[in-house]
Amino acid sequence: MASIEQSFKEIMEWVDDRLPVTETYEKHMSKYWAPKNFNIWYIFGVLAFVVLVNQLLTGIWLTMSYVPTGEGAFASVEYIMRDVEYGWMLRYMHSTGASAFFVVVYLHMFRGLLYGSYQKPRELIWVFGMLIYLALMAEGFFGYLLPWGNMSYWGAQVIVSLAGAIPVVGDDLMVWVRGDFNMSGVTLNRFFALHVVLVPIVLLVLVVLHILALHEVGSNNPDGVDIKKHLDENGRPLDGIQFHPYYTIGHDLPAIVLFLFIFCAVMFFYPDGGGYFIEHPNYEPADPLKTPELIAPVWYYTPFYSMLRAATFPLLGMTAKFWGLVVMAGAIAILFVVPWLDRSPVKSMRYKGWGSKISLTLFIISFFILGYLGTVHPTPGRTLLAQICTAIYFGFFLLMPWYTSVEKTKPVPDRVTIK
Amino acid sequence: MSDDGTNKGRRNFLIGATSVVGTAGVAGVAVPFLGSWNPSAKALAAGAAIKVDVSKMKPGEILGPIPAWRDKPVFVVRRTQEQLDMLSEDIGRLADPDSLEEQQPEYAQNETRSIKPEFLVLLGICTHLSCSPKFHPEVVATTFDSTWTGGFYCPCHGSKFDLAGRVFSGVPAPTNLEVPPHYFESDAVLVIGEDEGVA
Repeated sequence: MASIEQSFKEIMEWVDDRLPVTETYEKHMSKYWAPKNFNIWYIFGVLAFVVLVNQLLTGIWLTMSYVPTGEGAFASVEYIMRDVEYGWMLRYMHSTGASAFFVVVYLHMFRGLLYGSYQKPRELIWVFGMLIYLALMAEGFFGYLLPWGNMSYWGAQVIVSLAGAIPVVGDDLMVWVRGDFNMSGVTLNRFFALHVVLVPIVLLVLVVLHILALHEVGSNNPDGVDIKKHLDENGRPLDGIQFHPYYTIGHDLPAIVLFLFIFCAVMFFYPDGGGYFIEHPNYEPADPLKTPELIAPVWYYTPFYSMLRAATFPLLGMTAKFWGLVVMAGAIAILFVVPWLDRSPVKSMRYKGWGSKISLTLFIISFFILGYLGTVHPTPGRTLLAQICTAIYFGFFLLMPWYTSVEKTKPVPDRVTIK
Repeated sequence: MSDDGTNKGRRNFLIGATSVVGTAGVAGVAVPFLGSWNPSAKALAAGAAIKVDVSKMKPGEILGPIPAWRDKPVFVVRRTQEQLDMLSEDIGRLADPDSLEEQQPEYAQNETRSIKPEFLVLLGICTHLSCSPKFHPEVVATTFDSTWTGGFYCPCHGSKFDLAGRVFSGVPAPTNLEVPPHYFESDAVLVIGEDEGVA
């Protein structure tokens, strides 16, 4: 045994002289000091990584049987579902994974808002995170066209038409994006390339940057206390524990197992998510002449879709359609600047005042209502509700510099607390 | 020149010049990448004009939506005299009754938005978000309009258009439905996708 250990040590020394493997492993795993008071909100980053791996693997396998042409796409998905061994399972892992991705990412983002994880010095982590979110939305959008079902077709038609709301260049831009005068196999083919090559590469780079930025400044925690202020004689944070093995095995692994139980339950028993993960009109092939009765995007876009529809009146000489685009783009863009809108002296919601707590609650309620409204037909009453919720959505951000600076905060403890 | 022998002015000039040339190179090499997204020659050929026989259309009849010009659904409607008379009534509810927005060729910028009054040629694509509006010629109270006098209704987001494709006020669609270029080769043959005298 001793000789095996000895030779392993020698091999590692040889490698480490040429590539910093051990150093990297220690920096990011075994000697990455994470605050010891993480709670359940801190599992969603790891879960997002698990889903990412799932999407990459199942996605690569799906491309082996999928045909990215207007003539062949729909039939090839049926072929995957019926004829390819385990094809149905790979596809459902991928489609369930898409929704699961957004579930964990939304919860991950909520955690950030809850504990002020975006505040100094973690602004860049948040910005990279938002870029990941944006890339994910693009990935989901391009991917949803690929089955070439009727909802794929018309959903993409509606979203590409948004470009038409841009003054002057809008119409030409639409033709350029589609590569044709209408949505066609040409569009499908290029969306396929973006979905399987370009966006995944961007996504992976952003994930690396997100984690590098995190490991540079260290993780935040539910108390928002800086654990680097109290070090032991070896320079280790007194309130920190090693990410590996304490969090990987003790915290993340059970969470992953539990997550996979839920994931499998959905994948095996409710793969279409009641029409929310895979919409019913998508079981019909794309038909450029037949619009589905209700065009609704997949659930993870519906809050933004509601805000798009909430703009119903022209303003300042621009059309309602243009303002819809502005509101929707603004709703996403404003998320990027949250680190500079929050003026609170404390990070965590535990020590923030009532202003922040009420604002965050209203914001979450509005977000859910907007999400629901995006799945149903608009009526005058619903449009008014969507407009109110859109106002709350923007109010949460635009008023943040005010309510975070005037409210009375609680004193933050010196060391982390464990409940 | 600084003390250590570095000529900072020259260095800055070289950095600047290299950046400019490099940027120009990147811009140049971007042309084929961006250009390849334009409609291909095949797509352009498929978008050529089409001919439609309208001699057998009866008044009040619609042809379409047919996958016609550039794969877009095209409506050809032969309107009755009553329908034409209705176009001048109640124009207060229209957003652009005189078709001032350039959603039609010049020869169709008139009250009926057509060359021959009875023949209406429209792209069946809602100007809101490109859904396909449905033809509702009937003059009855409908679920979407209690004073409906015939026209097109988009089920996606509720935009309404009259029998000349003119958009109502207060609906999501910003402009009238588009009239594609077209002309009559003879009394029977309608060419869609081209202005007269081009080909």
